[in-house]
Amino acid sequence: MSELRSLAASGRYLSREECEALAKRTLGFVGAADAARVNIGSGSRGNTRFAVNQASTGGDNYDTTVTVTAYAGRRSATSTTNQLDDASLRQAVQTAERLARLAPEDPEFLPELDAQRYEEGRNWSEATAALDPQGRADAVRAIAAPARQGGLLSTGYLDARIGATAVANTKGLVAYARATAAALTTTVRTADGTGSGWAGSAHHDWARIDAASLGARAAEKARASRNPAAVEPGRYTVVFEPTAVGNLVQFIANALAARAADEGRSFFSKPGGGNKLGMKVVDERITLLSDPFDADIAGAPFTGEGLPTRRSVWIENGVVRNLNYDRYWAQKQGVSPTASGGSLRMSGGSSSIDEMISSTPRGLLVTRFWYLRPVDQRTILYTGLTRDGTFLIERGKITRAVKNLRFNDSPVFMLNNVEALGTPVRVSASEDGGPGQAVMVPPMKVRDFNFTSLSDAI
Amino acid sequence: MGSTRREFVRTSAAAAAAIAGLAAVPAAARAAVIGAPPLRSFSDADLRELASVALDSARAAGATYADIRFNRNRTQSLFTREQRVQGLIDNETQGFGVRTLVGGAWGFAASREMTRDEVARVARQAALQARANSVTILRPVVLAPVTSTPDGRWSTAIETDPFTVPIEDKVGVLLAANAAALKAGARFVNSSMFFLREDKTFASSDGSFITQTIYRTQPSVTATAVSSDMSDFQTRQSNEIAPMGKGYEHVRDARLVENAPRWAAEAVEKIGAKPVDVGRYDLVLHPSHLWLTIHESVAHPTELDRALGYEANYAGTSFVAPPAEMLGKLKFGSPLMNIRGDRSQPGSLSAVGWDDEGVKPESFDIVKDGIFVDYQTTREQAPFLAEYYRKSGRPVRSHGCSYGQSWADVQFQRMPNVSQLPGSKEQGWDELIAATDRGIAIIGDGSFSIDQQRYNAQFGGQLFYEIKGGKIVGMLKDVAYQMRTPEFWGGLDMIGGARSYLLGGAFGDGKGQPSQSNAVSHGCVPSRFRNVNVINTGRKA
Repeated sequence: MSELRSLAASGRYLSREECEALAKRTLGFVGAADAARVNIGSGSRGNTRFAVNQASTGGDNYDTTVTVTAYAGRRSATSTTNQLDDASLRQAVQTAERLARLAPEDPEFLPELDAQRYEEGRNWSEATAALDPQGRADAVRAIAAPARQGGLLSTGYLDARIGATAVANTKGLVAYARATAAALTTTVRTADGTGSGWAGSAHHDWARIDAASLGARAAEKARASRNPAAVEPGRYTVVFEPTAVGNLVQFIANALAARAADEGRSFFSKPGGGNKLGMKVVDERITLLSDPFDADIAGAPFTGEGLPTRRSVWIENGVVRNLNYDRYWAQKQGVSPTASGGSLRMSGGSSSIDEMISSTPRGLLVTRFWYLRPVDQRTILYTGLTRDGTFLIERGKITRAVKNLRFNDSPVFMLNNVEALGTPVRVSASEDGGPGQAVMVPPMKVRDFNFTSLSDAI
Repeated sequence: MGSTRREFVRTSAAAAAAIAGLAAVPAAARAAVIGAPPLRSFSDADLRELASVALDSARAAGATYADIRFNRNRTQSLFTREQRVQGLIDNETQGFGVRTLVGGAWGFAASREMTRDEVARVARQAALQARANSVTILRPVVLAPVTSTPDGRWSTAIETDPFTVPIEDKVGVLLAANAAALKAGARFVNSSMFFLREDKTFASSDGSFITQTIYRTQPSVTATAVSSDMSDFQTRQSNEIAPMGKGYEHVRDARLVENAPRWAAEAVEKIGAKPVDVGRYDLVLHPSHLWLTIHESVAHPTELDRALGYEANYAGTSFVAPPAEMLGKLKFGSPLMNIRGDRSQPGSLSAVGWDDEGVKPESFDIVKDGIFVDYQTTREQAPFLAEYYRKSGRPVRSHGCSYGQSWADVQFQRMPNVSQLPGSKEQGWDELIAATDRGIAIIGDGSFSIDQQRYNAQFGGQLFYEIKGGKIVGMLKDVAYQMRTPEFWGGLDMIGGARSYLLGGAFGDGKGQPSQSNAVSHGCVPSRFRNVNVINTGRKA
């Protein structure tokens, strides 16, 4: 790597050969343990933040961590270090071994996996790997300059990551994958503070993210959202843009743990005992799945334990087809462990957002949600607020901006009230603007969404 | 924005490297930590030399200001459920970050490799990034003056270093607490301990060289009850045991084994509790609950970067804006409301000797007798308030609110402890309940959500009790209150005295992009708020 490139780009990470050598060196220090696993994470992150139409802060960092899990019979413990000299690695191994001996026997102990076969990951992008601070500053200018010319205030965040993960154990398992991730989000506000618009996108491939068009969309929403009017809280027909759908639907994916369901402490618990596998829980047009090898939502080819990841259909045509089984619970229940990789794709339909609006006598259009927090795990009930582009629909048209609203509702209830679905797209569904897990969801129109209070926040 | 400390503890095992930062420790301090791994040692002299390489390289690359932070973080996490230890995790991470100012723009770069060559490379990288950013600059960064500290030392005052306590003892406490909870009726119980030791050394081109050692500790228990017909489940989290800037003595004082049966019994009682009737109630809020309401509705909106629009893309802006129209003018709450920022309360999470840009923090009033009087600031931010400070005869100085969660993350404005001052009358929880005719008493923090300007909030809790005629008449469930910040604080009409003051807090206060976790405490007293809107969150469809 040239001096200029190593200075400018964020692209430092360990190669397959380097990871394997580091894993081998680490496992070579295993002494007292009956078995051990090493997980390596290596990579660089670069970000640029901007506010009030100029770069505000940024950061480029490089790190490699080595995590050792050591076993003493049915006991285990874990130690992590980011110092790669022999003494530090030996110490990490010995710390894990020492803690493992002091731990009680684990009634849920499972042996390390034998060697596995993996597919090649599909979430690497040269465009992301090549993005440097200058490239990030150029993206900032593509948003900030037009905003400034238009008398608006742009704020935002560009986050690009490049890295590798590896797993190896004393039973001969070796796994390595490299990946990239990028996200760009921007909030554009009017100078008088009465309007705010947001746009954002995330993808492993930076070439799929268009800074200028995101900036233009956020600016358009900022202008349109000026001087919002109050509407009465209550039940509304709502057209959700894809980001808002992603914000909410991912909470269903987070609630899929089979064990919690079987233990009676989950939405997926069946009253009277057992779980909801095979039960229809949402509209029959809804299918939710994870697929690490789907190019649109690509993820890691293996888990932290070294289990190969694979496609998992959670809900098919409204019916619960799979829950998330870790290795222990899978063995106990006599099923295969799930290893989905965590991405999420939701089925769509043929409606455009314009058609959803034109078919709505009275309703709201929501751009995205904010400060989403669980209220009741029994129903996956969440609260949160609309933000950065909330509009009133009257007689098939958007007629004006409205004040933001707080809701108390569940994505499960929402997916039972579906009126129309559009084409799924990749969204930036994490509130913090980081790449997060890949989420691909459609715009959606639903009835009877429950807003409980008004907010004066813009 | 704030994630709960429970979320933090849950995620810390997997994401420790992202949360932690770590630094070399002075040899004397290092020797004191029995059992700490023998990381490559960096003496004061080593660090001074590396610092001068960084500062010289940054200067040579055009920086008009530069600083470097070396961090070494050691954390230990223990997780259990019922009779099982789910995880014993020791983490250690070490590295450095260099911040530079070039052409009025910031740059920051960081690395785990503590070598002369890498320090020089990273300093140049930070300067290069700042230069790239400077092309966009409309208003160059100006730093408020700071008194340099050529040889600063500070450490959290602890009784027992948690890393010297045998792991068997810690596991024993957690499993005994679990057994006690199960015996008292819990169907499930999770418990955990989290310990942090952070050693950080800061050096700047202003001539400061400061070494600090910080400890944080949190024990936690969550009991879950499930109804016999599997139609309901309720949890009780030990939220009155706050995370603290203390050593292992905090675990001992928490008395997990002795308290676990009560937490379990309360989880069981919640199953049969009466669902709340919606309506307006007077709320009597316990400090174990109120700290979070203060955090979200008072501490966040008085961060100056938010008020100026710098966090608009994630954490949000603030209703306490623009500053010139708010300072000394905004009626934030009733005259009983007094709020102060500090980084010095013993045992508090924000306590430090110096902040992450070498400023010695002082306590400062944020709300005085109900009127908003000051923001939280850093060196970059204080000059924005120069006119106000001049008018009120005060110097333009940072309040010492700069913080970076690790060596890999740039420091920026984070809240100090933001605490409510007690009332002059010595009264407490029982007196407030006795004085309330129709109300709800809330203990412990629960669900929480607030808009991006901090007007509209909704809070749950751990335990809810119905108050009638000055007495608690029974337990309620499915309670949350919704509020608009100035009206809510305007309804504050009764507060406890100094003896009822308690510190709450969180490890996982999130802000910034990439999001960084700040650890912060909020002191407060039992307080009564009039006529607050209460909703019922228990929905079936």
